[in-house]
Amino acid sequence: MSTKVDKTSTIPAQGSPTAPVRRPLKEERFADRGGVINVFSHGFLAVWAIMIILPLVWVVLGSFKDNAEIGGSAWSWPSHWSFSAFGRAWSKGGIGGYFTNTLIVLAGSLTLTMLLGAMAAYVLARYEFRGNRIIFYMFVAGAMFPVYLALVPLFFMVKNLGSISPLLGLNSYLGLILVYVAYSLPFTVFFLHSFFRTLPTAVHEAAMMDGCSHARAFFQVMLPMAKSGLISVGIFNVLGQWNQYLLPVTLMQQQGGSDPDRSMLAQGLVNLASTSGYASDFPGLFAGMTIAMLPVLVVYLSFQKQVQSGLTSATLK
Amino acid sequence: MRHRKYPFIVGFLFLPVLLYTVLVIWPYIQTFGYSLTDWSGVSPSMNFVGFKNYTALLHDDIFMTALGHNLLLIVLLPVVTIVLALFFAFMLNVGGRGGTGGIQGVRGAGFYKVVFFFPQVLSVAILAVLFEAVYRSDGGGLLNGVLIKLGLENAQQPILWLSDPDLVFWCILAVLIWSGVGFYLVMFSAAMQSIPKDIYEAALLDGSGRGQTFFKITIPLLWDTIQTAWVYLAIAAMDAFALVSTMTPPAGIYGGGPNHRSEVLATYLMRNFLPFGKAGYACAMGVVIFFITLILSVVSLRVTRRERIEY
Repeated sequence: MSTKVDKTSTIPAQGSPTAPVRRPLKEERFADRGGVINVFSHGFLAVWAIMIILPLVWVVLGSFKDNAEIGGSAWSWPSHWSFSAFGRAWSKGGIGGYFTNTLIVLAGSLTLTMLLGAMAAYVLARYEFRGNRIIFYMFVAGAMFPVYLALVPLFFMVKNLGSISPLLGLNSYLGLILVYVAYSLPFTVFFLHSFFRTLPTAVHEAAMMDGCSHARAFFQVMLPMAKSGLISVGIFNVLGQWNQYLLPVTLMQQQGGSDPDRSMLAQGLVNLASTSGYASDFPGLFAGMTIAMLPVLVVYLSFQKQVQSGLTSATLK
Repeated sequence: MRHRKYPFIVGFLFLPVLLYTVLVIWPYIQTFGYSLTDWSGVSPSMNFVGFKNYTALLHDDIFMTALGHNLLLIVLLPVVTIVLALFFAFMLNVGGRGGTGGIQGVRGAGFYKVVFFFPQVLSVAILAVLFEAVYRSDGGGLLNGVLIKLGLENAQQPILWLSDPDLVFWCILAVLIWSGVGFYLVMFSAAMQSIPKDIYEAALLDGSGRGQTFFKITIPLLWDTIQTAWVYLAIAAMDAFALVSTMTPPAGIYGGGPNHRSEVLATYLMRNFLPFGKAGYACAMGVVIFFITLILSVVSLRVTRRERIEY
């Protein structure tokens, strides 16, 4: 059952004999109150904006301070502007290496996620076959459960994959790539499924009439048409995988002294935070944070509309 | 054409479904199986122990503390975040001066949206490290620095924040709210923009004030979105792993302190799994988390169900 908001019936009859006397008064009051609330609401919004910006600016400033300035007062201003802390964070703190690790994993996982996700979503959205619904709901259901539920067996699953091929096991790029892809598939498939449904069928049919194969129709006709959807879900996956913390923390631990440190950026930053206390290099830590935030900030600011709609569209049908 | 359709379907679905089944579905199912064993995770041997892990959980004080914290988060996080996000979204979209132009947002709404949303795109790991510095327990911490500057705090006795057993939980909650409000603001904002302006104008003509407009028009029309937000936030409240494990003491074994005052299920699960080597026990916790999430989602969708309003 649904009720319709009937706007016509809610407009009252105006211009009754007493109205002209009272109306200006009422309008005045409303406007006045509006003014007060305007200041009040602007105040709240501005306070919240400062609460967001202040810590971020403070971190960036911190990477130019020295240890004494950071330890002294939060309000100290950097005495000299040098980028040495960035250099230390990048090389000694290992941020450079973590950055590269993350780029390697993301390059692989993002490509595979988009390719496999689009393929699965397309087939599920456009072809009728037995088991279609079951497979689709299986994908969707995966998005509803927390990763913790799978964590313990997943750890051993990846460990066992490592005994098949050393390229796949714990602390391997490929292993993590495959895990990222698997855990990104539910949302990707769900999102692209609805997107492929909205695309017109006529173009596809025409291509098929011309003797195009199913696979070719997908890659040359449907994928280009789905570009905007692919971009939205792609940005979503970039941010999600770039920021992933629990999976790398569990799966990318060094497996022995000789195993190279393949930490992801987020994970490496936390390592740096726990060691910088002993090494007492807080500017280095602040610089590391700045480096980790910058790429996200750039992506966010340049694709601001798509990021906002991409991240929230999952919830708005 | 038909004879070529099935090889194509199978070819396209094979890899995604294989990956997904092996790395997502199968581990989910295994968790249930392992939770009924005394598996250590290290040795290959395991014995079937039935529901012993689950009864042990009931008598585990730390688990109960962690569960309590998660339940408190489940109540507080959605309420505070949604109220703040709705308030801000309303201000941004319809909060502007009514006047002759009818309904409009405040000036700079676009700027506010960009700023408020930003924490959402930062990794929780960055947030954790960032707020560790903000909550630093001397004058060098941003929060203590601000409070000392405002004269609200004695510089000689700075607040300990994360090392204070009575404050640590609230510090974590504050970070969760800080980072979450922007996302829900944008979500509510998009929903508000899909409400036709003439509904607001009609209300304005009727002499409805801002408060009335908000409670009698905006909230009912946004109910579906609020419901979804609630479920999302409740799921987020079951998590909190990254923040608690990195921000709170003791370092190295997934935090939760001081004295388990910030312990959540996820940190306790990880500690039992990796350092303690109690994989079966950890799986049982995973299953409990699963059922709480499931029950929460179903209950909140049922209880808050209202008649859908079309417009």
